[in-house]
Amino acid sequence: MNEKINIKENKSEILNQFKAKAIWVVLLLLVIGFTIANPRFLSSNNLFTIARQVSMYGIASIGMTFVILIAGIDLSTGSIITIINVVCAYLMVNLGLNIPVAIILSMLLATVIGFLNGALVSVIGIPAIIATFATQIIFKGAAYIISGGVPIYGFDERFKVIGQGYLGVVPVPVIIMIVCFAVGSFILNKTYFGRYFYAVGGNEEASELSGIKVGRTKFLIYTLAGFFAGLAGIVMLSRTNSAQPTAGLGYEFDVITCVVLGGVSITGGFGKISGVVAGVLIIGVLTNGMVLLNISTYMQLIVKGLVLIIAVGFDCYQKKHSTT
Amino acid sequence: MSEYILELQHIVKKYPGVLALNDVSLKIKKGQILGLIGENGAGKSTLIKTCSGAVIPTSGKIIVNGKEFTHMSPQLARENGIAIIYQEFNNIKGLSAAENLFLGNPIRKGIVIDKKAMEEEAEKAFEQLNIKIDPKELCGNLSVGYQQMIEIAKAIRLDAKVLIMDEPSAPLTSKEVESMMQVCELLKSQGVAIIYISHRLEEIFRLSSEIVVLRDGEYIDTLKTEESNVDELIQLMVGRQLKESYPKKPKNIISDEIILKLEDVCGNGDRHVNLEVRKGEVLGIAGLVGAGRTELAQMIFGAVKKDSGKIYFNNKEINPKCPKDAIELGIALVPEDRKRHGAILHNSINHNINMPIYDHFSKFSKINEKIEKDTTNKQIKELLVKTPSINQLVKNLSGGNQQKVILGKWLAANSQLIILDEPTRGIDVGAKFEIYKIINTLVEKGKTVILISSEMEELIGMSDRIIVFSEGCITGELQKDEFSQNAIMGLAANC
Repeated sequence: MNEKINIKENKSEILNQFKAKAIWVVLLLLVIGFTIANPRFLSSNNLFTIARQVSMYGIASIGMTFVILIAGIDLSTGSIITIINVVCAYLMVNLGLNIPVAIILSMLLATVIGFLNGALVSVIGIPAIIATFATQIIFKGAAYIISGGVPIYGFDERFKVIGQGYLGVVPVPVIIMIVCFAVGSFILNKTYFGRYFYAVGGNEEASELSGIKVGRTKFLIYTLAGFFAGLAGIVMLSRTNSAQPTAGLGYEFDVITCVVLGGVSITGGFGKISGVVAGVLIIGVLTNGMVLLNISTYMQLIVKGLVLIIAVGFDCYQKKHSTT
Repeated sequence: MSEYILELQHIVKKYPGVLALNDVSLKIKKGQILGLIGENGAGKSTLIKTCSGAVIPTSGKIIVNGKEFTHMSPQLARENGIAIIYQEFNNIKGLSAAENLFLGNPIRKGIVIDKKAMEEEAEKAFEQLNIKIDPKELCGNLSVGYQQMIEIAKAIRLDAKVLIMDEPSAPLTSKEVESMMQVCELLKSQGVAIIYISHRLEEIFRLSSEIVVLRDGEYIDTLKTEESNVDELIQLMVGRQLKESYPKKPKNIISDEIILKLEDVCGNGDRHVNLEVRKGEVLGIAGLVGAGRTELAQMIFGAVKKDSGKIYFNNKEINPKCPKDAIELGIALVPEDRKRHGAILHNSINHNINMPIYDHFSKFSKINEKIEKDTTNKQIKELLVKTPSINQLVKNLSGGNQQKVILGKWLAANSQLIILDEPTRGIDVGAKFEIYKIINTLVEKGKTVILISSEMEELIGMSDRIIVFSEGCITGELQKDEFSQNAIMGLAANC
């Protein structure tokens, strides 16, 4: 009896370990491939560029990981990034607020937008894909209205630190990303909310009957997704030093790809932050490498779309053929 | 040419470890209504599924109109005029009655659907059955009774010679049952053979000329309806000896204290439920599937809101809005569907057991992992869960061990009232006995158990008192000295 269980456990364990390792192998192959194609790829300069570039994906992917863990989706990430860019810049430049106050107010707004997503999904019961699609459009519009369709710039020099500063040799945005990964991992592994996320993603009905308030859990998750997207927005604003009304356009796509590549199952219940780290790095390496190889922006879109299909396809194919 | 339109000869269906049908035979003539009865799990559904082709028999013959088959397929069944009216209808709510009638093969003019012709044809089809349905009406706007009529009309239009009806009266109001039975009689006079499955014996007596009784997958007897009576049928349906042994109960542990009291509770399909449960008692709830037992448990547990009435727990009125509320009060539910509702299969034993109480031992939402582990280890040890580690995923455990994990969850939550809904369904005999022992241990510790079960032996063996549900109402209460399968079945069939 016990032996039988062991064999079963080993099989799924081996498969999971293989999956977790495979993603790092893919990353390694990409790095080797790009280095052969263009030795400049492996220069420390370029590697730091990649690290800075992926920091925003990484930060936003924490919230997205939670959302996808419960089999949800958040399409408003890009618009939250945009509106936070525009609002934070507006507060600093047009209203002359000091940096901390502007940041706090902006983060508050991002959290409220996440909360709103949560309300639409959890209280009213709108499917997440529609609810967040609608808020994406709404806040895209709002960002244009606030900015008047033109960039806002001219911030205090000190604001640059967040996106462009260094702590020793490490860029500040990379430190923020690492802290976010640590916080995400802590939430998932050490707090009971993490247990709830996995449970709700695994089986909503059984979770409710085990005493989890599923509605509240969803609320919390979409709110957190708003928060992390907002943080990514602040980092971006500081990095680009001007608020574009199109700043976060399409960002949700890259973030979703990072998360799914990282092994978080689109049908919910499975996934780890460590995998998402790999997913984020792969997208970063891929984007940077394609630019180095002078692959056209349009071609890049095609490649990214294919990557998402492969990542989700792998997950779904495996599900389909293991459940029977 | 045989005089029988459908004959099942010596049908056997084996599943790994289970004999679902053991040498069952029945035959039906043109224009005859045959009653088919048996308890839950007697094999009625499996038997009719062999007729529809959904189940392939291990051995035996199916003879339709003189033609011999070893098994059916859905297409063969249709071609040979066998149609089944299930409890769930295949109607599409957004289409009209006529369109539903012609679902799958609409009347067409070229590539365009000829709505008018279909409506005219439908009108005729309905008239033939003596029912009044506006062919243009959307199916979603029709009552359940009419929707069922459309199903019957569909079967007749496809030239069904044998109509098998699985609990046709279950979803209907009494008025609708009457017109449904009239349709059956009309069809009979038109030469259609009907196999009528129902728990309601009075319908069987009114419609059928012969009755086939199944029990535990075995063919028991075929009776002439006019020579039989309710008592005899019940005796045949349940007539088996108590085979399994039950652990001996500790004595005198029921206190006078009333832990749960329901006053005129209505809702979720149940009506006017009045009930008192004493501390330390094992209260059995009997009834047929769909009698409203699970529904009552859901209301007590806060999973579904009641419409009216009052629930008192420990002498205080309670109004649980969600399971969490009930859990905090000390009420637990082990649901019927273990895999869908009971356990979170892809999570570990450790997580499953602690799920309801994480917020009790966490500081600023950080889990105290030592308490978490200790809790799980304690339950695994007490309940003898067989597992290599507490991190094992629940899906890798056997049914009995899964059930123990679910029980462990509620013991860890220190629940006072534990509602068990079909706790031993689908688990092997050894594990069953262990669950029974756990139930006894629970009451010994002063906890109270409500045991919902379709296995009458189990109820009789384990309960201190049994109440019986039928169609959403309590139809009777039996004290220990009144326990018998006949008494329970009589109350459950409500006749």
